[in-house]
Amino acid sequence: MTTISAQLEHRFGPYGGQYVPETLMPALHELEQAWVDARADPAFGARLTDLLEHYVGRPSRLYLAERLSEAAGHPVYLKREDLNHTGAHKINNALGQALLAQRMGKRRIIAETGAGQHGVAAATACALLGLECVVYMGTEDMRRQQPNVARMRLLGARVEGVEAGTRTLKEAVSAAIRDWVATVADSHYVIGSCVGPAPYPALVRELQRVIGDEARAQLLEQAGRLPQRAIACVGGGSNAIGMFYGFLDDDEVELIGVEAAGEGLASGRHGAPLTAGGRGGVLHGSYSAIMQDEDGQIREAHSISAGLDYPGSGPEHAWLRDQGRARYVAVTDAEALAAFRRTAELEGIIPALESAHAIAWALANRSSELDVICLSGRGDKDLAEVLARLGQSG
Amino acid sequence: MTTLGLTGIERLAEAFASARADGRAAALMPYQMAGHPDLASSVEIGIRSADAGADVIELGVPFSDPLADGPVIHAAATAALRAGVRVHDALEVAAKLAPRIPVVVMCYANPILARGLERFADMLAERGVSGLIVPDLPFEEAPAMSAACEQRGLALVPLVAPTTPPERLAMIGARARGFLYAVSVTGTTGERRALDDELPNVLARARASTSVPVAIGFGIATPAQAAAAASAGADGVIVGSRLVRAAGEADDPAAAVGDLVAGFAAALRDVTLG
Ligand SMILES: Cc1ncc(COP(=O)(O)O)c(C=O)c1O
Repeated sequence: MTTISAQLEHRFGPYGGQYVPETLMPALHELEQAWVDARADPAFGARLTDLLEHYVGRPSRLYLAERLSEAAGHPVYLKREDLNHTGAHKINNALGQALLAQRMGKRRIIAETGAGQHGVAAATACALLGLECVVYMGTEDMRRQQPNVARMRLLGARVEGVEAGTRTLKEAVSAAIRDWVATVADSHYVIGSCVGPAPYPALVRELQRVIGDEARAQLLEQAGRLPQRAIACVGGGSNAIGMFYGFLDDDEVELIGVEAAGEGLASGRHGAPLTAGGRGGVLHGSYSAIMQDEDGQIREAHSISAGLDYPGSGPEHAWLRDQGRARYVAVTDAEALAAFRRTAELEGIIPALESAHAIAWALANRSSELDVICLSGRGDKDLAEVLARLGQSG
Repeated sequence: MTTLGLTGIERLAEAFASARADGRAAALMPYQMAGHPDLASSVEIGIRSADAGADVIELGVPFSDPLADGPVIHAAATAALRAGVRVHDALEVAAKLAPRIPVVVMCYANPILARGLERFADMLAERGVSGLIVPDLPFEEAPAMSAACEQRGLALVPLVAPTTPPERLAMIGARARGFLYAVSVTGTTGERRALDDELPNVLARARASTSVPVAIGFGIATPAQAAAAASAGADGVIVGSRLVRAAGEADDPAAAVGDLVAGFAAALRDVTLG
């Protein structure tokens, strides 16, 4: 590319890019420039850091989960993103992008949400900064994450139900992008994961790497060593990329991304494009590992956890996979449910169903000296869904 | 392969030239979704549109996640996919229409990548298609597709939007083949009650950026709007959602679309050339 010099990565190996309607291209350039300027501005950095500390409650705690460790057979540290204000890692990104939007003079925020955590985070940041907020959410997700819908509305956001397809995250992202195509002059799209067209994957990673940077320093202080494995669940991959970045240059630390195997990889009803492999493709503006048929039509994902119920993945994850730097595995609905319950019983922590996938994998794959797991969010939002499921299975 | 001994690019040039020679201000370019409401009707709709005065057919390939499309075209794509229409079937519709009228295929990036750019371009050329529009393949991502099309004499038609700044417009305009697709609104496809006030400016800027004809599309739903777009300087007028809606609603889709196309053609004939 000769005309506009890229200042954040546009490609990760063959992955990434900007596969969007022309209407959005100038806005993507503007966004990239705005972020490059903002991150070089000490005042912007100071404001973000101050809010992360006093409003979000960072640094989040690193907790040695002793009873889980006993069950796993090795020390397990949990990076407690569930203790952040709004209950998940999503606020790190939403707050950073909302501040950026304010700096860019954009008064209206568009967001999509699956589990509702990103929607709540975006609505929260908008309430804090006095910005208008519209959140697109599949109607199936509105059903299974009801408390978060109520929360977003209370925070003053408009929640737009999306009826297309399986009424989940993929369609919510599409609806958000269509809104942005029509409102790009005064709106900013706060995407909720490290997916989408450049510069989003790199921008979201920069806002989420606080997870891994903190975890590394905390481990050195509390455990006196680096972990053997850093483990995180992967929907689009934002909590995972944030965690991984803290350890990327520590070759001895294994990076494990845990996707949703849903009803099993063989069933085709899953949300594990990185694990399942196959030809890459374009979804929502970037080229990455996706679920598709031979014709290039995007397939529907399936997961008990709304936040992992997505047929795409962040392009940088696809590249980390191909390079062998990170490994991607998948955990079924049933295994995640069991880990959800186990974590509650052993630690008095109710994890998000998404995060329960990461815990389930660590419990089932014992050969480690020390694990750090990103507990990306808390599970209050999942109670109704989980109780219904557990009721069914006795 | 070429049809009538012309490359796709040449055939499109001829279509614009003959519309002009006929004394019409702009070429009429109806959009239809392949396989909507079904494959046989699609072919029939294309033929009837040609009979009713269309100059070029824009043929949509159904895609699961059409980000540039509003509700009507999105729903048509979903219906076609549900009915089992495959990319191959859509291109067979193009093959049946191409001997009669120049066809420009509109297809999102992923179905093209799934086959490989070269193979997809071969498939278009073998079916006598004249050009290709990829709504989610902006300038930066287009070089390989552009080369594959160029080699086969196919026109890769780029889009420009009201948001496209001048320096970018110049780059895109220079790369355009067949025609330049000027998006009339900041938004997705769909019928609009009124034309954007910016339309004459959008057109003027687009025209200054390129040596190929400029066609305007997105939001044009009535013959009066088509005529106004032609008066404002468009060399071609693309009508999409209005016709797709008719194809989905009418008992006789081909007749309904044909009648509408005749109305648009008449309106364009009445525009006095500036
Ligand atoms: C608690 C929690 N963890 C993980 C995810 C998955 O997103 P990502 O892979 O971007 O971290 C979500 C998404 O909604 C979530 O709410």
